[in-house]
Amino acid sequence: METAERTDVKEVSVLADQTRDLLEALGHEKLAWMLQKMCETRHFEEKAEELYIRGLVHGTMHLSIGMEASPIGSVAALEPEDLIIHHHRGHGHSIAKGADITIMMAEFLGKEPGYCRGRGGSMHIADLPGGNLGATGVVASGIPTAVGIALALQMQRSDQVLLSFFGDGATNLGEFHESLNMASVWNLPVVFICDNNQYGMSMAVQRAMNIDRISTRAVSYGIPGQSVDGNDVLAVYQAVRAAVERARRGEGPSLVDNITYRWRGHSKSDRNLYRTQSEIDNWRARCPILRFREVLLSEGVMSEDEVEAIDLAAKATIDRAAEAASTMPEPDPENMEDEVYAP
Amino acid sequence: MSDNGGGTSGPRELTYLEAVREALIQEMRRDPTVFILGEDVGVYGGAFGVTRGMLEEFGPERIRDTPISEAAIAGAATGAALMGMRPVMEIMFMDFLTISMNQLVNQAAKMRFMFGGKASIPLVCRAPAGSGTGAAAQHSQSLEAWFVHTPGIKVVAPSTPADVKGLLVASIRDNNPVIFMEHKLLYRMKGPVSEDLYSVPLAEADVKREGRDLTIIAYSIMVPRALEAAEQLATEGIEVEVVDPRTLNPLDTETMVRSVCKTGRVLIVHEAPVTGGVGAELAAVIADSEAFDYLDAPIRRLAGRNVPIPYNRTLEAAAVPQVKDIVSAARALALEGR
Repeated sequence: METAERTDVKEVSVLADQTRDLLEALGHEKLAWMLQKMCETRHFEEKAEELYIRGLVHGTMHLSIGMEASPIGSVAALEPEDLIIHHHRGHGHSIAKGADITIMMAEFLGKEPGYCRGRGGSMHIADLPGGNLGATGVVASGIPTAVGIALALQMQRSDQVLLSFFGDGATNLGEFHESLNMASVWNLPVVFICDNNQYGMSMAVQRAMNIDRISTRAVSYGIPGQSVDGNDVLAVYQAVRAAVERARRGEGPSLVDNITYRWRGHSKSDRNLYRTQSEIDNWRARCPILRFREVLLSEGVMSEDEVEAIDLAAKATIDRAAEAASTMPEPDPENMEDEVYAP
Repeated sequence: MSDNGGGTSGPRELTYLEAVREALIQEMRRDPTVFILGEDVGVYGGAFGVTRGMLEEFGPERIRDTPISEAAIAGAATGAALMGMRPVMEIMFMDFLTISMNQLVNQAAKMRFMFGGKASIPLVCRAPAGSGTGAAAQHSQSLEAWFVHTPGIKVVAPSTPADVKGLLVASIRDNNPVIFMEHKLLYRMKGPVSEDLYSVPLAEADVKREGRDLTIIAYSIMVPRALEAAEQLATEGIEVEVVDPRTLNPLDTETMVRSVCKTGRVLIVHEAPVTGGVGAELAAVIADSEAFDYLDAPIRRLAGRNVPIPYNRTLEAAAVPQVKDIVSAARALALEGR
């Protein structure tokens, strides 16, 4: 089978000439927030990588550097009381949902004051009061759980909406199929979002499925599906916003496929044997943060200084968080069984 | 219903199946967050008829028919529980939990711990289990050992109508995922059941019969079989004590250990295959306890043979302990070393 290199996703961009309207609708404050969260995510992960290289991190981590537009553009489409459930490559989702960076960094370092008291780590950051219902580490396993969360919202007559994030690899699991079907049949208030970085570890999407667009799969559930230029945070926002509004109106779930790319390897064991340097370089040239900055500058939303200040502030936030977290106490093994069962 | 209608007014009797249904109905009337989901639980009334008639009272939102999607059913229960609902998922046959395992074991069992003790998953998974119905290898299993081995999950295996009602109520009110095993052969068993809404605490064993010579620890279908065996042995002068742990995780070790200290002999009986079965854990618990010093004979296990459940009636019966097997094993143990 012939496999074309997939680096051009322009045809699925929804933006084109709508940029100006979208920027106006979002407003300066929201746009600055989006840039801030993207920069914080980037710096958080660069810091995570640095700490790992320096031997200061015990466990594994999955970096989403290059993918920041997908979680941040998606969460930007929510109201504060809305909910998310996400996956192992979930730093951006937690940050977008308003995680306290210091507590998050503490969890990454396995400290007692971390979000999960050091029991979860990078792969399981959750902030239940903040509407972040957690990252799950088994591919696709958050998707059936999402059905239940959305079912509860519906039964409780809530007008909250849930975003359920997963990767391209997850869409090949049976749980994806069962869940999207069930959510559709029950008309649940959930938006399924694929952070499609085009590889399940080393398995390219083109080798793992015989369809061009993951959004095509929506057809079999009778729900809307859309593939989006996932490195364009405004395109992501626009697509997810429409899906969220639809869900909030009680019209049921949608599938949004944000096509993006991870610059780093799958995890710390990855030697990048399954893709070319030129492919990685092509995608690095389409950095979602640089693209967003360029739009903000060229459309006159922000000055160069302002954009730079947001980035510097984000970096300072991460540096402070890492410093504070590094001196926090370790959890005590003595009463480890206490959290296994609820009283 | 409380009165037999005849001359003698005794305690009301229900079948095990009716007791399960009554627990569900009474809890759903009491607590609006309780709901049922599963395959064919609505108009059909469930594959075994447990939810028959409940759709009329509670409607399709709370008696929720699902597509044949065991992973999504378990996920729907897990997610809804995370949000403060109290779902009771019915899995048509315990065997089908193989398809739900990721949600139950990797999600429901783990979320509380891996989120630092800040979540709770109050779900009940009702699972008709066991052999004896000619349903062969994929509709007859007893998979409790897998779940007992998973921290974060509780496992309950009631043996009488009164227990099944009270334990189901307690399981629904428990703030953790509970695998609730209902043996298919017990569904038609009759016994006294109070009309009141009551609960039987989890992790409390029950001495079903007192005796001085030998302890049989049995649960689920093996409790009535052990009691029948005990009656036969009593005619031979062997007095058997039957202890039903009722909850397999967490275990009430105290009641079992106390009984073995008294009798000095213990036979552990279950239907699931002997290798890696719950009996191994029970044996280890007793061996590790002060009861060890009271043992007059080795701890013995009588459990299912290490085979898938066969279809043929004779083979099926031979695959798991029957009353006659319990009688012989208990008699041999009672006489061992005397």
